[in-house]
Amino acid sequence: MSSSSSSSGAQAAGLSDRVPNWLVPNLSGLHIAAVLIALLLIGLLLVPVAQVMIVAFQDPATGAATLQNFVDFFGTSLFRESFWNSFYVSAMSVVVATAIALPLAYITTRFHFSGSILIQSLGFIPLIMPPFVGAVAMQLIFGRNGTVNLLLRDWFGISIPFMEGLNGVILVQSIHYFPFILINLSASLRNIDRSMEEAAQNLGSHGMRLFRRIVFPLAMPGYIAGAALVFIKVFDDLGTPLLLNVNNMLAPQAFLRISSIGISDPMGYVISVILVVFSILSLWASFLFMRGKDYATVQKGGGGMAKRSLKPLEKTLAYGTVILILLVVLSPHLGLLLLSFGTIWSFAPLPDGYTLQNYITMWEGSKTFILNTVLYAGIAATLDVIIGTAIAYIVLRTGIFGRKALDYLATAALAVPGVVLGIGYLRTFHQIDVPFTGEPMASWWVIIALALMIRRLPYALRACTAALQQVSLALEEAAESLGATKRRTIQKVVIPLMTGGILAGFVTSFATAAVELSATIMLVSSNNDAPLAYGIYLFMQTPSGRGAGAALGIVAVIVVAIGTIASQIIIERDKKLKASGDAH
Amino acid sequence: MRGTILSSVATLALMTTAAIAGGKVTVITSFPDSMTGPIEAAFEAAHPEFDLEILNKKTSAGVKYIQEIAGDNTADIFWASAPDAFEVLKGDQLLSKVTITSEGIPDRIGAYPLNDPEGYYFGFAGAGYGIMWNERYLKANDLAPAKEWMDLAGAEYHGHVGMSAPSRSGTTHLTVETLLQGEGWDQGWSQWKRIAGNFRTVTERSFGVPDGVNTGNFGLGIVIDFFGFSSKASGFPVDFAYPTVTALVPANVAVVADAPNEDGAVTFINYMLTPEGQSVLLDPAIMRLPINPATYAEAPEGFPNPFEDSTIGASVKFDVEKSGARYNLVNSMFDVMITYRLDDLRAAVGALHEAEARYSETGNEEAKALIDEAWALIDANPIDEAQSLDPEFAGIFTKKRRKATDEVGERQAEIEQRWDAFVVENYARATELANKAAAM
Repeated sequence: MSSSSSSSGAQAAGLSDRVPNWLVPNLSGLHIAAVLIALLLIGLLLVPVAQVMIVAFQDPATGAATLQNFVDFFGTSLFRESFWNSFYVSAMSVVVATAIALPLAYITTRFHFSGSILIQSLGFIPLIMPPFVGAVAMQLIFGRNGTVNLLLRDWFGISIPFMEGLNGVILVQSIHYFPFILINLSASLRNIDRSMEEAAQNLGSHGMRLFRRIVFPLAMPGYIAGAALVFIKVFDDLGTPLLLNVNNMLAPQAFLRISSIGISDPMGYVISVILVVFSILSLWASFLFMRGKDYATVQKGGGGMAKRSLKPLEKTLAYGTVILILLVVLSPHLGLLLLSFGTIWSFAPLPDGYTLQNYITMWEGSKTFILNTVLYAGIAATLDVIIGTAIAYIVLRTGIFGRKALDYLATAALAVPGVVLGIGYLRTFHQIDVPFTGEPMASWWVIIALALMIRRLPYALRACTAALQQVSLALEEAAESLGATKRRTIQKVVIPLMTGGILAGFVTSFATAAVELSATIMLVSSNNDAPLAYGIYLFMQTPSGRGAGAALGIVAVIVVAIGTIASQIIIERDKKLKASGDAH
Repeated sequence: MRGTILSSVATLALMTTAAIAGGKVTVITSFPDSMTGPIEAAFEAAHPEFDLEILNKKTSAGVKYIQEIAGDNTADIFWASAPDAFEVLKGDQLLSKVTITSEGIPDRIGAYPLNDPEGYYFGFAGAGYGIMWNERYLKANDLAPAKEWMDLAGAEYHGHVGMSAPSRSGTTHLTVETLLQGEGWDQGWSQWKRIAGNFRTVTERSFGVPDGVNTGNFGLGIVIDFFGFSSKASGFPVDFAYPTVTALVPANVAVVADAPNEDGAVTFINYMLTPEGQSVLLDPAIMRLPINPATYAEAPEGFPNPFEDSTIGASVKFDVEKSGARYNLVNSMFDVMITYRLDDLRAAVGALHEAEARYSETGNEEAKALIDEAWALIDANPIDEAQSLDPEFAGIFTKKRRKATDEVGERQAEIEQRWDAFVVENYARATELANKAAAM
């Protein structure tokens, strides 16, 4: 409408003055961006998922539309129990993950603590463990007959059921997902205005009270963003419960019912719908919680909270805490490392012998996997932060109609089980051919990158939103009142101030996309297009390939760790630049 | 300019296809790399004109994949263990009927027909089910290896056994169905529930079982033979044995309907059935039973030969039609009674083991009556065999409506909820009775 009217100059302008405002919207660049993102999300998320989920609303007997399946869901005690188990595990995982993340985040941002960058990076590494590999390694270390329990039994005649049933899921999930809290909380803590803290100190507050009343509340946006992610991720995570053979939770129930041979039981799809709805509700709850609280701080120059030096005793205590936590959260990696260098590891605290053969076997067949992973995850994460920043800005700074819907839609991707997305993509894109090559789009590698992009968009979006929430509107208004255009304000003021959050989002998306399996396993149509996680999966399917699979897992961890440390260094440098700018 | 680019792209595309005269053969398989690798290498050496493109998917995912891409099929071959998966594809008219020229291949392996009688899929290797155990684990727990299925139900194995669910693994489904056919419906289920009462876990993938035994997470596993053989060949302290009641079934291969390269697909299947192709199966990382009896001459010492040793897999005549008729129903029953209620079942069976141990000391007949009553509660099935074979009832679990007017009576969710309530109550009551008996 607007494009046709703009073509005929003044007359059209006159026309657009006369018609109601909503008919000729003032299409700024932001509006166009919003429309494009909406189309992208509809095409790559809503349509494919709807293709699969429609089954939930069909009568299995007649194909007619019905809600009977949902009645059945709540009438089935197994499903009610699964729902409760999923809820319990998610809530407990948030608690345990907080217990792990909070000390790490606090110690590294609050005190002069050498090795902060290293700790922040190491603390991030658990996230980049492909879930099934993590569970294998955790079983070897903490399992019923793992290293810890074998030693405990030898020495004390006791064993601790770390990995039994729901306990195991909570442990693995907390260790796997706590970096979401760590990374968001640290970013928030760094962004807290020093003057707030100083003001509190001037008024006599210190120690725990200062933390409880001032620091933690100010860091709330980051913490809530991280905790909500952990909760939702755990709620619909499939890999961990499946590998620990815990079936009585919602996501495994959905998966087991969708992916069995020849079964078209609608309950699997019903559960998928319920997962999506519940996740959106949790997010909505976290938004409600944050509403009306202005956490933006005007002054950015302080470079975060004042750092304090530790007294020797405190230092020992802090190092002790950090080392203990790191030891626990990195134990899956230690297990994986041992496995990759080990020969045979069976019912023993450590492997029988050590060898390099696994790395040789792995290297012979895995170069493409590694290159593909970097390519796919790179594309996915880059698109994620671009779209994530755009959505965050649209939601928080504009009044565009339906902006909240954009946010919910992008976030809903969190709740879509990977298998469902994979099947949806096959259904949607198989009939469309790629231009020039003529092969079906569903078997084109770009689709894998796009699927990863959609799956990881919520991570980037949360990080970008949290970052933008901490940028005060006053700064933008100042820029605009000095004559800067909207575009220039975004470029020169908003985005630079969001850098930390954007990078955090990029790293989270990249790292987790690099190890994603559930959607890709449906979409890989040729081993030449396969990413790394798929390669590990292939190796791990054979008794002789466990070591080689572990070796490839170690390569995955190293690849992503390099990326993480590099971006941590960039964040730190960025912070120092800001700090030095303040000093001048 | 654009034209030049386009034509050079086209030339490039032509050149790459011209390099391999026979073209690309796309294979969808559930077999691991360690198995497909050597076979691919041998095939491409024998037929350099073809390029085998292996695509590894879990059996269930492979079936789904072929169903989803059927509109514009890009796959040539489906290659997997479970005959049922082939039956599903055949039922959907997604397999192509081709003629295979092979010599020296018998009609049957054990009691199982080797090829689909209608010529849609072909056996290329044999596999049987048995018990695998970890030597170190058994030694540490002072246990002896179990030789027969029912040994696994013994009190000493409580919490030491692992198995996959039939709904998750086509091969496991065959194991379950074999016992149901070999022992009869009620007796078969009773045995499964008593064995399952000793389970440590029900794994999500069939490979989860050998993996669990290899790492020593549990001591004994119910697995398909090559998992046992190849784990042992990789150096793990494990071993494997066939029980008497087992079925040898073929692992299969088929040409997908509308295959882009049917010629190449047929060449590949033919090659696998040649003595050359068969001998690759004896590779230490593969260890499948060749179906060409002549190949056994090359087999290593102690490798079982079903064509000479008639005790392997001979005692059960596996009825494919019966199995197919209640395929999903059996899976669902196993999940409802065992997989999802394992904790309840394990508690009940554990309590009964204790009560029985106590009874053997006291000889209290009243306790014995309670124990028998409790076992009867565990053994009770929600449906009988006749109902399992009733096509209308079994149809509830497949939901394949041929016409829009077809009506399926009840919904699966309703029935599962009823079964669930039935077993939960029975297991709870059995635990109660067992505890009462143990206190006597």
